Amino acid sequence: MSGDAELNTTFHGIGVSAGTAVGPLVVVTPPPKAPADEAPTTDAAAASALVHGVLDDVAKGLDARAAVASDHAKPILEAGAMMARDPGLAMGIDNQLQAGKGVTTAVTAAVEEICTMFEALGGYMAERVTDLRDVRDRAVARLLGQPEPGVPTLSVPSILAAHDLAPAETATLTTETCLGIITEAGGPTSHTAILASQLGIPAVVQAAGILSVAAGTTVAIDGGVGEITVNPSEKEIQLLEERKRRRAAALAGGTGNGATKDGYPVALLANIGTAADAQKAAKQAVEGVGLFRTEFLFLDRDTMPTVEEQTATYTEVFKAFGDRRVVVRTLDAGADKPLKFADLGPEENPALGRRGIRLGMIRTDVMDAQLEALAAAYKATGADVRVMAPMIATQAEATWFAEKVRALGLPKVGIMIEVPAAAIRSKGILYHVDFASLGTNDLQQYTMAADRMQGELAALLNPWEPALLDVVALACEGGQAMGKPVGVCGEAGGDPGLALVLAGLGVSSLSMAPGKVPAVRTALGLHTMTQCQQMAAAARAGTNAAEAKAAVMAMADPVLSDLV
Amino acid sequence: MATREVSIASSVGLHARPASLFVQAATATGLPVTIAKAGGAPVDARSILMVMALGAKNGEVVTLSAEGEGADAALDSLVELLSRDLDAE
Repeated sequence: MSGDAELNTTFHGIGVSAGTAVGPLVVVTPPPKAPADEAPTTDAAAASALVHGVLDDVAKGLDARAAVASDHAKPILEAGAMMARDPGLAMGIDNQLQAGKGVTTAVTAAVEEICTMFEALGGYMAERVTDLRDVRDRAVARLLGQPEPGVPTLSVPSILAAHDLAPAETATLTTETCLGIITEAGGPTSHTAILASQLGIPAVVQAAGILSVAAGTTVAIDGGVGEITVNPSEKEIQLLEERKRRRAAALAGGTGNGATKDGYPVALLANIGTAADAQKAAKQAVEGVGLFRTEFLFLDRDTMPTVEEQTATYTEVFKAFGDRRVVVRTLDAGADKPLKFADLGPEENPALGRRGIRLGMIRTDVMDAQLEALAAAYKATGADVRVMAPMIATQAEATWFAEKVRALGLPKVGIMIEVPAAAIRSKGILYHVDFASLGTNDLQQYTMAADRMQGELAALLNPWEPALLDVVALACEGGQAMGKPVGVCGEAGGDPGLALVLAGLGVSSLSMAPGKVPAVRTALGLHTMTQCQQMAAAARAGTNAAEAKAAVMAMADPVLSDLV
Repeated sequence: MATREVSIASSVGLHARPASLFVQAATATGLPVTIAKAGGAPVDARSILMVMALGAKNGEVVTLSAEGEGADAALDSLVELLSRDLDAE
């Protein structure tokens, strides 16, 4: 009878990557803890041999994974193997064993001793603590006779369930073997959500209780509405298939430029992070790039990339898009993504610290080199290049940046609106520049004073939040008063329903993961600008995010429900 | 026991890549080499974790010690290594 009960179980979360899938559930094992009642060590020599053997197995396992890993994941895995083989760690464990500690307690204590030293050093060293604790978790699991924690090798296409996934774990996933992702934690702008939508893998976050489902159970996931069905019946699978077909039909809405039903243009653009992304996105039906994040050139480097190297990369990206626009965001680094060659030291509150333009105004050498390279790539290609700076809060910052960009002969200069101050006073700021782009993820984080990396705060970070829409409306009013375009390049722009609201508020372009463009194009084409404006007013009249969304869905064409 | 004192020349200190190069060289000597900061306990120079945790900064003096055949020559080569700005190379 318990089978019947399971048959009807559904779980709800936040859908963060649309699409449906059915498959066996693979549970990402949480790391085990050293048991509190572990037997003390009586034979230190034998225990030492056991632990050293296990550490060697951990190292071999990491080496094997490094051998087949991507260039991004490889050094992380190799560093882990080196730590597992470290004689200093082995000696620390032996000391604990000789003091009579049980094997897993000894490993945990020895690792924590080193972590304490690393954390005291701060910066780069403190970050190595994550890698070291990963080695600990693997060794403790093996000593307890359990599988190593983390994402296992997927031998058949499966749906992954986890408490949360670390960036290093999601980096190894592929669409061939990973049909869907479900996490108990995480939020709509977490790494998992962004990566899943880039890869086009259906994903649901904040699915409370999903880890109570046994591994191997068949589940169906709908990453649009955020629903998971355990042991779906034939009928439920058919319904899901039907939804998938309807979605595909709704998406077959052509490849033209984005516009409302009555022809008001809303440019549909791609968010990209690397030259490889640019090559892929350029092949899709997008009107250009609305956000080229340039961080990848700078992070994980000991020295600043040369102007020549940067010029070559920017040229490659500009060429890929021909005469389509490419909006480049200058380096957005800070204490949460520190640069080894421009680290201003740890900050109590990195999100409110010296990041974005603030770092650029301190390290003018980094800013100047990047702008010089962008100008050179522009001259070499004649592309439609538009350069914008992150984290602008004041007119002074905007003029400082605009003067630099224009002095180099770059044709268009803009700013990101992520700080509420810039949205509230967008008119004055836009006087000095040619355009603005709303980074809705950070804008919401600052409007709600809620850390976007904290899954527990997801309720405050729903992009339908009327307060966020009010702030967006303020920014758009400034744009209209100055006759300057205001776009959106946050995750909100990729939601077909929100896209209508944003268009109604006066946003002139929407930039998103390229996979989301077809649904947004279809949604826009089904509604007139007047309808979009009415939906925007209805959403802002809601008392909370759920009401705002419900009001819009009730007014929208029924096909919209197939798109989300 | 052979000992040497040397000032860390690497501009970032004994950290990241310079630490890794030093540990590789210490391991290659085949001897149980230790490294200590002034007034601190010596740690295994073949352990990247212990060497990095030492947190020796640019200009700081460290003491290297080793025992066994060839200890003097081994320490001389390690002193030579630490006297260079490994980060710049």
